[in-house]
Amino acid sequence: MKPASFSYHAPTSVDEAVALLAEFGPQDGRVLAGGQSLVPTMAFRMARPPHLIDINGIAELAALTVSAGVITIGACVRHAAFDSDILPGRTGDLLRKVVQNIAHYPIRTRGTFCGSVANADPASEWCCVTAALDGIVVLRSQRGVRRVPAAEFYQGVMATAVEEDELVVAAELPMLADDTRTGFVEFSRRKGDFAIAMALVTYRLENGAMIEPSVAIGGAESHPRRLREAEDVLRGQKPGGAVFAAAAEAAAAAIDPMADFNNTAAYRRGLVRTLTQRALESAE
Amino acid sequence: MSGRTSDPREITLSINGTVHKVAVEPRRTLVDVIRDDCGQTGTHIGCEHGVCGACTVLVDDEPLRSCLMFAVQADGRSIRTVEGLQTGDALHPMQEAFMRYHALQCGFCTPGFLMLAVAALEKRPDLNREELVDILSSNLCRCTGYENIVKAVCAAAADMKANLDASP
Amino acid sequence: MTAEPASIIGASVERLEDRPLVTGRGRFAGDVSFVHQLHMRIVRSAYAHARLKAVATEAARALPGVVAVWTADDIADLSPIDFREGPNEKLAPFRQPVLAREYVRYAGEPVAAVFATDPYIAEDAADLVTIEADELDAVIDASIPASEFTAGLTTEPTVCRQGYGDVAAAFREAANVIDMDLSVGRHSGVPLETRGAIGHYDAARDVLELHGAAKVPHKNREAMARMFGRSTAGVHLYEGHVGGGFGVRGEIYPEDILVLVAAMRLGRPVKWLEDRREHMIAANHSRQQRHRIRAAVDAQGRLIGIDDAFFHDQGAYIRTHGTRVADTACGILPGPYRLPHYRVDAHFRLTNKTPAATYRSPGRYETNFVRERLMDAIALKLGLSRIEVRRRNLVSPEEMPYERPLVALGDEVVLDSGDYEGLLNKALERCEWDRLEREAAERRKAGEYVGLGLAMYVEKSGLGPIDGARVNVHTNGDVEVITGGASVGQGFETVIAQVCAETLGTDYRRIRVVHGRTDRIEYGIGAHATRATVMTANATAVAAGKVRAKALDMAAQLLQTEPSKLTIRDGRVVNSDGSDSAGMPLGDLAHHLRPLSSTRGEREPGLAAEGWFTTSHMTYPYGVQVALVKIDPGTGGVHIEKMLIAFDIGRAINPMLVRGQLVGGFAQGLGGALFEEFQYDERGQPLSVTFADYLMPTAHEVPEVDVLIAEDAASTTNPLGIKGAGEGGIAAVGAVIASAVDDALGGKGLITQIPITPQALKAIIDGQKS
Repeated sequence: MKPASFSYHAPTSVDEAVALLAEFGPQDGRVLAGGQSLVPTMAFRMARPPHLIDINGIAELAALTVSAGVITIGACVRHAAFDSDILPGRTGDLLRKVVQNIAHYPIRTRGTFCGSVANADPASEWCCVTAALDGIVVLRSQRGVRRVPAAEFYQGVMATAVEEDELVVAAELPMLADDTRTGFVEFSRRKGDFAIAMALVTYRLENGAMIEPSVAIGGAESHPRRLREAEDVLRGQKPGGAVFAAAAEAAAAAIDPMADFNNTAAYRRGLVRTLTQRALESAE
Repeated sequence: MSGRTSDPREITLSINGTVHKVAVEPRRTLVDVIRDDCGQTGTHIGCEHGVCGACTVLVDDEPLRSCLMFAVQADGRSIRTVEGLQTGDALHPMQEAFMRYHALQCGFCTPGFLMLAVAALEKRPDLNREELVDILSSNLCRCTGYENIVKAVCAAAADMKANLDASP
Repeated sequence: MTAEPASIIGASVERLEDRPLVTGRGRFAGDVSFVHQLHMRIVRSAYAHARLKAVATEAARALPGVVAVWTADDIADLSPIDFREGPNEKLAPFRQPVLAREYVRYAGEPVAAVFATDPYIAEDAADLVTIEADELDAVIDASIPASEFTAGLTTEPTVCRQGYGDVAAAFREAANVIDMDLSVGRHSGVPLETRGAIGHYDAARDVLELHGAAKVPHKNREAMARMFGRSTAGVHLYEGHVGGGFGVRGEIYPEDILVLVAAMRLGRPVKWLEDRREHMIAANHSRQQRHRIRAAVDAQGRLIGIDDAFFHDQGAYIRTHGTRVADTACGILPGPYRLPHYRVDAHFRLTNKTPAATYRSPGRYETNFVRERLMDAIALKLGLSRIEVRRRNLVSPEEMPYERPLVALGDEVVLDSGDYEGLLNKALERCEWDRLEREAAERRKAGEYVGLGLAMYVEKSGLGPIDGARVNVHTNGDVEVITGGASVGQGFETVIAQVCAETLGTDYRRIRVVHGRTDRIEYGIGAHATRATVMTANATAVAAGKVRAKALDMAAQLLQTEPSKLTIRDGRVVNSDGSDSAGMPLGDLAHHLRPLSSTRGEREPGLAAEGWFTTSHMTYPYGVQVALVKIDPGTGGVHIEKMLIAFDIGRAINPMLVRGQLVGGFAQGLGGALFEEFQYDERGQPLSVTFADYLMPTAHEVPEVDVLIAEDAASTTNPLGIKGAGEGGIAAVGAVIASAVDDALGGKGLITQIPITPQALKAIIDGQKS
């Protein structure tokens, strides 16, 4: 399990990085950020990129900023950054809740938010978060900047809108309103494993009724997405067991679950029902 | 920089305060270089895909899987491994506790657990048992059933805190 | 009169092994290196079953740094790997060749070996070796009718049969017959350290050395010497630290043979370290069995007979153990119960999967699950409590020693001692069974899926027949115990030192215990079948007793007194009555016993002695496990709320270590009950090759375990009265978790296989609801 040989490039600026990508991206060159997914696949030699472009030395990508109601997460911001109180508001609270479910502590010190987004594992919590919050993925290449909404960014199992010469430089999330309630629940056989399914919900209350509901499901389908069918059930209703159950049912009915050796589509559908209901019940 | 970018390159690793200048291919993992090029074999390789945690070391005091980092990425960084835990003949409270609580049997996973627990408690001395279990669940042990590891880490946490409080 | 110091046997002292291990100074296989060594990489079959047409190695050979690439043709003179217990004509055709020839029979089978100057280059070169082959259908299910495996070979090399009595009559007279179809999943030891082997040929001494040895170095030396046509004097095995054994490590595998042959033929040391992916497809798997079992029961719930036919999924080849796991399963299946009539047919089947062999508690983990499921089913059918049905069947203390006309590990089964019902009562009291049962029933009524489970079992340990040890006191007073035992991390050194210290009256910390080295002692049994403590400790006690006598004799001469008036305390020979507190240090006596010493007299030189211990039968510890679990009906996840292991070990030398063995074994057993499984697709492709797919329990999943160590029934087969603990924790975990989960589902006998998955549980619960 020793990686195949590669050429190593360590740019110190985004300009330099995208220049390298323009040259080596078409030759199956890959970007190395946290490496927590890429390096194992290289160890198994399932990936043999001839070029690695290590972006860890690019200072401008390490920033995590809040401005004008938007959180901008630079490409080198580690998972562990969200396990602290540096991010304010309801979005900060949500990310703190979610990050506890991402792998384990020594993985979180190294893996990055944007790396997870770019890798687009169906069970990535950050992919689910960006989908739920209608985040934006910022891509740079020598051709310019593209800002791709999450709903368009994820295209399949580990498939995204990123072109081979593009670098994910940041992800943007909205600052949720201070009265937003959020809930996140996932299930895996062991804690810290990739989830078999997860549910993330947010909503606000106006005169006791739910407004701006968001229900996003991860792990169950080829990529995370919001489920309008479930959100429609919630919108305008008072929060409570019956409406939560109805929304969970709608979510379970709306998905087209993946099946694998250990998890049938029916099981995943059942899990989505359970987890959606629990995410709603636990939303605070 | 001359030659092909896949050729060995000179890097400098500080391991437990000792500087190692080595020439390594970019593809060589940090753990392989720590063990084979720098001769520090206390850090173990259990899975080489980042799950078992046997290779956990501290890079600039952050615990990470040294099988998931290339050595060239650690150029110029400060690395701590199990060999550096003790001070002279005096063992670290975490090492003492592991012995006292029978927190190891075959001992293969032990260096990873020691480094993980020490790193976590150096950053947050007040971690409670539940939080420690959560942190320790990142590493695999096949012998102990974890119970004694948890006990040892909790005891060492108290010892480390007492030492911290006693130091000026 | 000074008080005798407290016994060191029975004391939970810290381990001698720990200091190097906590300071990063251990020496595991990966830490062993020789100057000028080569690195070996194995090219493995990607096919589960195929006829080989060509193995192309030219490109690999051409890579700079590659010294050699071997296929089967390059080692045509080597025989397949033999059985540990010697030749077996019937099974010989099913042995594994060192490198595949003509056919490959499992994904992962070694096809070629690359030798290079660097492990990265070796892996690059292995990638360049191409295998051309015609894929054949794979046999995946061991319980389908026997057929041809490959040309001329059947999928059923043998059927192991045991039994006694008149089973047909038992079923004729039975008031009730219970019929079950029960399966145990394929899983294994999976130690944290993968395997490793370093071959070194020392031409100066004409000695072939294998480093990274484990478990049974002496037996392996004999087998390897036979294979290479060398004298055992010219083959030595060296055990360093061993990162977990669990039955898997230390058997002879193709890679061990290859590094040795290559070291001789290439003239350089050869190092091989298994990587994790390889480990999951190359090291022994275990456990997979399907039992179709019937029980004949009388109207009171007493077993009259058991008729079991089971299918043992051996994988693609028969490895070093031969049919031992299946044999043991047959011999141990009745457990702690009286069983008048018994018949078992073990269909020993080949499949296109990684070969299987022993994993901690082989044959018992499986049959404890099967038998205890059966006992729960009998209780259900007769409307008895699960406790009562067991009470009615337990062998009583008055019936000990209890002989069964069965064989396990080649040894007649004689349950040597035990009070099974006594331990059951202790366990029930300790966990407050009645309260737990009441509360679980109430919670179930309230809609929770909570269940209580129980399992009883008999373990076996101390497989003989004989082991020796040598005790040698050095002139500084340090003691060396040279054993043919082996350490797999269980605390062997500490335990042996404690036994030696007890007899010799010296500090256990001044005792060094040598193990796993064929160059230090001629014979040895190693560490397997929970025998190390029983056999080697008793041999050590014998040797230490002789040294003690010699020390007292020498001291008596020097002190001009009688040996009977002397004893040893704190490493010094002193008057037993406490007078003359100075005494003579053991080191000084060793000095007086030097060959050139003028005071030695006619005594043999050296304060040293050899001791042997012989036993005719194994000894049988026994246990009771209780689990309280809760199922999350929304996900199917299982949470263990309470766990008790009660185990009678005869006599605990170091209770802390006994506890460690039981709790550690439990965690592994939990893996097999709920998480771990080597899965294959229909083409025989392995699906569980990473630690993300093969799920070993973490600190999150393993609950705290209450351990009750009983010492009520000392072994009658050895003077120390000890029974082994190594396998007592794991043995009944599949059984007890299945019982508890089943109870949570209403106690209807729905759990018939392990591992129990969340998906399966959610399907059952959803089915019950609708």
